[in-house]
Amino acid sequence: MPGARRRRGGRERLVQVLFLAPAGLYLVLFFGYPVVKNVLMSMQAYTTRTFFTGEAPWVGLANYATALGSTLFAPAMLNTALFTIGSIVGQFAIGLALASFFRRKFPLSGFLRSMLLLPWLLPLIVSSATWRSILDQDSGVLNAFLRSLGIIQEPVPWLTSPSVALLAVVLVTIWVGIPFNVTILYGGLQEIPEELYEAGAVDGATGWKAFWHITWPNLRPVVSVVLVLGVVYTLKVLDIILGLTNGGPANATQTLAVRSYQESFVNFQFGVGAAFSNILILISLVFAVIYLRLNRRAVDE
Amino acid sequence: MTATPTTAPARLRPSVTARSRRADRPKLGHTAVGILFLAVMLFPIYWMINASLQPSGNTLTADFLPLKPDFGGYQKAIEQQGTNLVTSLVISLGTVVFSLAVAAPAAYMLGQIRSSWINVGLLAILISQMIPGIVIANALYAAYNDLGLLNSIPGLILADATHAIPFVILIVRAFMMKIPPSIVEAARVDGAGIARAFVSIVLPISRNSLITAGLFAFLFSWSDFLFALTLTTTEDVRPVTLGIYTYLGTQVSNWSAVMATAVLSSIPAIVLLVLAQKYIAAGATGGAVK
Repeated sequence: MPGARRRRGGRERLVQVLFLAPAGLYLVLFFGYPVVKNVLMSMQAYTTRTFFTGEAPWVGLANYATALGSTLFAPAMLNTALFTIGSIVGQFAIGLALASFFRRKFPLSGFLRSMLLLPWLLPLIVSSATWRSILDQDSGVLNAFLRSLGIIQEPVPWLTSPSVALLAVVLVTIWVGIPFNVTILYGGLQEIPEELYEAGAVDGATGWKAFWHITWPNLRPVVSVVLVLGVVYTLKVLDIILGLTNGGPANATQTLAVRSYQESFVNFQFGVGAAFSNILILISLVFAVIYLRLNRRAVDE
Repeated sequence: MTATPTTAPARLRPSVTARSRRADRPKLGHTAVGILFLAVMLFPIYWMINASLQPSGNTLTADFLPLKPDFGGYQKAIEQQGTNLVTSLVISLGTVVFSLAVAAPAAYMLGQIRSSWINVGLLAILISQMIPGIVIANALYAAYNDLGLLNSIPGLILADATHAIPFVILIVRAFMMKIPPSIVEAARVDGAGIARAFVSIVLPISRNSLITAGLFAFLFSWSDFLFALTLTTTEDVRPVTLGIYTYLGTQVSNWSAVMATAVLSSIPAIVLLVLAQKYIAAGATGGAVK
């Protein structure tokens, strides 16, 4: 009997391995390998020639020197920061307002809330194409609307002027991100017990007072998660920028992610592209660590 | 599913009756305001549909209502992007099958085994979702070039699964952990091995979570643009997202065809949101927080 049990235990172990192996192998090949490969590529002269000759000589940190020394590096860093912060602040503020609004149950609230998810479910390139038509300087509906209200006199060159293009890209990213923020924040608001508000109302805490003293402190953990995840997801945005402006006009919407893409797949300087993407990974990593610390309890459970 | 918190009984408890009666009328006001918010948020989608029904041309002078709908844009879209739509469909369905096949067994085991290694694995999965796609594309381009996987449907399925597999593992695991162990043990006593019990008991019970995960895997793959852009170099295999991007170019010559393609590419999202609302809502909350 003990022998049989041990045999069964051995088989169980084998089955466990077989269940986990495909996913483990996939994660190693499609996440682990690319990260390692990027580090290696960033220290090699990896260009189109490499694909013919198979040779990618080691160049040490030369690609990083090229990346950091390029005239586009500082603007790309600044744009990445402005793009990320602007998008996150906008998404979060509007998302929290809408989530609070939907918390008051009213007829159709559940239906309206789920329809709100639509912008988030559409392919980003579809949203980019749609917004490009809306933001068109001469025949776009946004300029027509703003002019009919008398807010602007001259049509705004949303996507063709370096001074407003980044703002336009941020506005579209906010639009895409609102549903995600509403969904998570709404879930967080639902977790706050109604009794707290009832008790607060007795003490005179209603409206804004209730928000600052009851809602905000109780929502803090969810807020941190939303913000950190938002930053990590926004840092790597490519589809929206490529679809709207392609990094232009006059490099006004270049971010680290766009730089990495263009160095690798437009200039075919894979080494330099990898250097840019490693800088991007480092920044994401900082926020990933913050996220994991916040989320550790959720994982352990 | 757990993600619809409206069923929490505590919140349905009527508080003070006078207050709730007074609240009845303003609540319809809330509905009106809610519809207004939604109208503003969904206006771009309306505009996409409206613009797709305008006569073709390189200007966008569209009326607010497509009173005289012109289907020329759709004719062009299907002519030029029909093959690409089919390509996207094949790749997306492939991603669903591949992701579920790889992720579901792992999701189950990750919920069963008690070991500190499991936490390491979960941590790796969480982090993998944060790796920028361009990092993966950079490395895969070189590898695919050597393996002959560029411009191939299997190559894109494997790459698109990076959007789906971590998500599927986390969301399905969370569900499978809630299956009472006694149900599985009962089958084990009858002599079924883990694999048998998994196929005949765990998978059928987890139907809802598998559907949710599958729908999202489909949407992720259907929406993929980055891998379509970087891992194809010819027009042989071209997902529709890349088709739209090439339309956009520097100057758009035919807006109604672009917008018609955009509408056709939005159909999966719209259909899923209308028909599978509860699954989508469940996935949206479950996948993002966990």
